[in-house]
Amino acid sequence: MQTEKSPSRRGGAVNLILLIFALVALWQVLYWVAGESGLASPLNTIRYTAALVRRDDFAAHLYDTLSAFGIALAISVVMGLLVGFWLGFDRLSGDVFEPMFLSLYAIPKLTLYPILLLAFGLGLPAKVAFGVLHGVIPVILFTFGAVRNTRPILIKTGRVMKLSKSQMVRWILFPAAIPEIFTGLRVGFSLTLIGTLLAEMFASQRGLGYLLMTAIGLHNLQQVTAVTLLIVVFAAAVSSALLWLDRRLHFTGR
Amino acid sequence: MTRLRLYRFAVIAGAIALLEILCLARVIDPITMQAPHLVLRDFLRLLASGRMNAAIVKTMANTVLAFGLAAAAGLLLAVLLQRRRALRMTLDPLFATYYAVPVFAFYPFFIVVFGLGDLPQILIAFMLGVVAVIVNTLNGLDRVPAVLLKTARVLRLGPVETALRVTLPAAAPHIVGGLKLAVAYAFIGIIGSEFILSRGGIGYEINFAYNNFDNAVMYPLILLILLASVAFNSLLSRWERTLHARRGR
Repeated sequence: MQTEKSPSRRGGAVNLILLIFALVALWQVLYWVAGESGLASPLNTIRYTAALVRRDDFAAHLYDTLSAFGIALAISVVMGLLVGFWLGFDRLSGDVFEPMFLSLYAIPKLTLYPILLLAFGLGLPAKVAFGVLHGVIPVILFTFGAVRNTRPILIKTGRVMKLSKSQMVRWILFPAAIPEIFTGLRVGFSLTLIGTLLAEMFASQRGLGYLLMTAIGLHNLQQVTAVTLLIVVFAAAVSSALLWLDRRLHFTGR
Repeated sequence: MTRLRLYRFAVIAGAIALLEILCLARVIDPITMQAPHLVLRDFLRLLASGRMNAAIVKTMANTVLAFGLAAAAGLLLAVLLQRRRALRMTLDPLFATYYAVPVFAFYPFFIVVFGLGDLPQILIAFMLGVVAVIVNTLNGLDRVPAVLLKTARVLRLGPVETALRVTLPAAAPHIVGGLKLAVAYAFIGIIGSEFILSRGGIGYEINFAYNNFDNAVMYPLILLILLASVAFNSLLSRWERTLHARRGR
């Protein structure tokens, strides 16, 4: 898992603008290389995106994606926290299950999609299940790690103060674990989004992933590029915000 | 330790037994899923028939190639990036949000540019894996003890020799962690793009079997991929643990 660097001394905003500028420049160069048949130009895409967003059916697709994603995220977080805390507290279960979750984390879950489709059918439940399948494991693993690795001195302090088990959780373990848990939620957010979108790409009649797949089928490059842009901007914006919060939590948590 | 292994075995065996019972009792109907013992039988039959050999070889070769490229490029880029502080700061937000972006969205673009061959799939798998290698290698390089770097300077090692003999070995546990992720991503990239659009490979065959309700082919192939990825992963995990142990954490 990645560890983040401390915030830069040079303004983060300057870096971000530089990066976005570089990426758009790269896009334009790729457009020149690949030509009209390979990719839509940045300017063209922004124009098309503006039109796409205003189209009547777009709001319905967006709503579908967001509701599937929202449900999946809620389930991932609640299930992940519960299982993570359980594994963290119960030494034996933690030792038994942790390697299993680690290997589950590494398997290509995409291969399981036909099974999920057969089990849930096309539509919302399959999308949610696929999102949860991707998102829940990092939440479990990070929560588990956070609870397990609470600094011993904090636990000793709690014992000296004769805290009961529930007080220990409330006042010591939970606050100490918050930064790590938040990292898990951040990773869980990204993976749930990817899972939901992948499910839409492969098996759905609605949502942004479906828009992307139909555009691929119709070879509508402007739409492919526009939907890709929307997804990328949304994912990058939210996960940057979460990352910023994450770093603050880790910084003050020390 | 052995007791733990016993428990783990019991949990997995219990899960399979439960699935078997549910399938035999028709709680899960056979169109959705076949009983595990039937899946195993089909798995052996399919492998023995050699019908899927071409697909298996194609997918595995592409996966290995994509993994190799991602590992080599990732290591090289990480070593170069570590010395360029400003560039690294600029790229940092990209790395941090990289895995929130569905890379598969770029697959159609690659198909248009490179044609419907192996290259677009390898590129997708490469793109998925390379950043994990870069991030983990950088992470490892940052933690190389200063005394080792000083020793390298005292011995007047050049930048290439320093990297090969000092910093990369010292960062090895982290690098293997990155490689482990890259294996998983290479598999996901190749099989995912085979699902979306391709002319062969395990992912293509799974999709084909799914569309034809051919569970006797679909489940064994899924099992094959799961077994292969778990095997690679535990192999690399073991290596990672020995490296960590050698470094004394």
